[in-house]
Amino acid sequence: MVNKMNIDFTEVEKKFELEVRAFFQNELPSEVKLAIESGMRLTKQQRVLYQQALFRKGWAGVNWPVEHGGTGWSAAQKYIFYNESANANAPRVIPFGLFMVAPVIYTFGNKEQQQRFLPDILSSKVWWCQGYSEPNAGSDLAAIKTKAVKQDNNYIVNGVKTWTTLAHLADWIFCLVRTDDSGKKQQGISFMLIDMKSPGVSVKPIITLDGLREVNEVFFEDVVVPKENLIGEEGKGWTYAKVLLTHERTNIAGVALSKQRLTQLYQMLNQPSSGLTDLTQNSVFMAKVLLTEVELKALEYTELRVLSAVSTGKAPGPESSILKIKGTEIQQKLDELYLEMAGIYALPYVPEQYDDEGIEPTGPFFAANTAPHYYNNRKVTIFGGTNEIQKNIIAKQVLGL
Amino acid sequence: MDFALNDIQQMLQDSAAKFIQSDYGFEKRQHFVGSELGFNPKNWSLFADLGWLALPFSESYGGLEGSIIDLMVLQTELGKGLITEPYFANVILAGNVIQRHGSEEQKMDLLGSLIAGELKLALAAQETASLSELTNISTKAEKQRSSYQLNGFKPVVLGAVSANKIIVLARTSGEFGNSEGLSLLLVNPDQQGVSLNKYVTNDGNQAADITFKDVCIPFSEVVGIADTAFEAVRKVYNDAIVAISAEAVGVMEKLLSATVEYCKVRKQFDQPIGNFQVLQHRMADMFMECEQAKSMLYYAAIAVDSDDNADKAVSLLKIKIGAAGTAVGQSAVQLHGGMGVSDELDVGHYFKRISMINVLFGSYDDHLNQLVKQYQT
Repeated sequence: MVNKMNIDFTEVEKKFELEVRAFFQNELPSEVKLAIESGMRLTKQQRVLYQQALFRKGWAGVNWPVEHGGTGWSAAQKYIFYNESANANAPRVIPFGLFMVAPVIYTFGNKEQQQRFLPDILSSKVWWCQGYSEPNAGSDLAAIKTKAVKQDNNYIVNGVKTWTTLAHLADWIFCLVRTDDSGKKQQGISFMLIDMKSPGVSVKPIITLDGLREVNEVFFEDVVVPKENLIGEEGKGWTYAKVLLTHERTNIAGVALSKQRLTQLYQMLNQPSSGLTDLTQNSVFMAKVLLTEVELKALEYTELRVLSAVSTGKAPGPESSILKIKGTEIQQKLDELYLEMAGIYALPYVPEQYDDEGIEPTGPFFAANTAPHYYNNRKVTIFGGTNEIQKNIIAKQVLGL
Repeated sequence: MDFALNDIQQMLQDSAAKFIQSDYGFEKRQHFVGSELGFNPKNWSLFADLGWLALPFSESYGGLEGSIIDLMVLQTELGKGLITEPYFANVILAGNVIQRHGSEEQKMDLLGSLIAGELKLALAAQETASLSELTNISTKAEKQRSSYQLNGFKPVVLGAVSANKIIVLARTSGEFGNSEGLSLLLVNPDQQGVSLNKYVTNDGNQAADITFKDVCIPFSEVVGIADTAFEAVRKVYNDAIVAISAEAVGVMEKLLSATVEYCKVRKQFDQPIGNFQVLQHRMADMFMECEQAKSMLYYAAIAVDSDDNADKAVSLLKIKIGAAGTAVGQSAVQLHGGMGVSDELDVGHYFKRISMINVLFGSYDDHLNQLVKQYQT
């Protein structure tokens, strides 16, 4: 039999799919399920509850190698896992520990650092946040000024990080810091882990367009960081950070989640809640929905092409570079469609209803969150390297311009 | 899950790429575009020798049992060469419809000669400007004692100029607009009552408008079983959308690479224009459109191959190809500046082809409108 281009799962993969489905059906903590179903915002404690259920099942380290307690899953298995997770409306795993700092630690950290940090990340016991951006280092990330100066067995860190997601809930922060400013700006950057409880660390909220606190400024004032907290070599932080970014494009694309949101959108269109207009009769709206479906279907196959290449041992091809741009564009398009579907019921701003099940929203259940979500999600084309920066990367690295 | 090409597909891709690179320069192409036949007849024999004419047909008729995915691989490479040989019209339209609907005897006879490169065919089906109503066939064949009498008109029939036989979709029974009652008839272009108005198309191919006036068609020239041809034609059109989209992907990849190369060497303001970010981002957009179009092509090819929701898949594909083709084609011309609109350079000709692909087999608007309507019944 000649092998043929296909998207079929093997028998083993089909069995795995059922196992994952059963997990989300039976082991998603009921408290978390209830909160999601009633449109509540999840607390940190609820998120930990969920991530620890994954940990007990051995599924917390989706991308991790087996030797560090990871799943060792194939590309197809990861694809199945994310699809089932999205279909079950399970929350997204908070990425900073499990998806972002962990790969750097198990790839570039020493044995001692791996033993010290990885187990607590895997069990979601310790929460992390990411200290990259600074007030004057956004797209030009290599322009960071937060300084780490060596003093005996420590570094003394001074500076400001900004747009730090969930810093107010984090125990540790992984930072890019400047250890040398004599050469090229990329060369003097180091990758450092800092305990948020260290004297001199302070966190100040930034309120975003949805009226909520998600991001923060983090200040470092003569913070003493033991030199054991430096990952790899001094001055190599930029390289480590870049490796991390290229491996995370799939995660940011959020294809499985967008698929689920589109399916739900179609369901709601076919059975409009009372008070809503039947938008299926609005050809202009339907055309926008279908064009979003076209882009999403194409992106799903772009992602499958990447996964299939990776699973046969090849490096991701140039098509991987478009995942972030297209994935985030589609997420925002979906936000617009939901907002439009909610109509006037998008207007009432009653933030209490996210935390209190007793408050009934005006209009259909989904409508209350459409505007805040639309506002909040403008971030996705900005973070993780703006989409304009991603196009620079394509121009330089893929097209050779 | 597997997106890798198998050995046969890899061979097909390599041989087609080699043919385009070494035997099919743009100047040679332009020479034959002006000729009476419209293409190089030697290439047709070569296609037969290489087995390309046999690719999708069953082994029993001398074919290679290739799938739509194999055709996709070949079509993408041929698209890069902008070929004018009527491969698509013969193999993907006409031969395909014979294989799907012909009698054993017809398949043995017609496909055998087609595969050998001795017989050329063309399919004359569509009568409306857009594809939305393929069942709207006014061409009629009335049953007489020993034959059908064919009357009607088929516009813009691809491959008709060089065809030895035309396969005509005509109503033999039932009401206008019904899918039942349609038949395929084999017509000799030299036959009495058949007249062809031949022309070169805007993309350098050839086509003809065909008028049928009281043409006598013996019962033996009905393809397969009468009155039941529509399903086969519909399936052929799904294959056709995948195949022409594959060609479009080849055309787009060529437009992108030509544009990137041009922007690296063309200097203005004392530097290559590719240094300018506004052009870099436009080329990054072209690249993304090419990749998304290719992904969509894989999706639809697999859907058609496994007959899984194929109608919707090809509509989604044609929408994507329409959007991407327009964007990539127009950007390529724009970034080439004046050279982009000159007849001398190949880029403009790739743009012409991609623009014509958009209106063939249902445009972006047709397919989008069709899908929207499905939610409104």
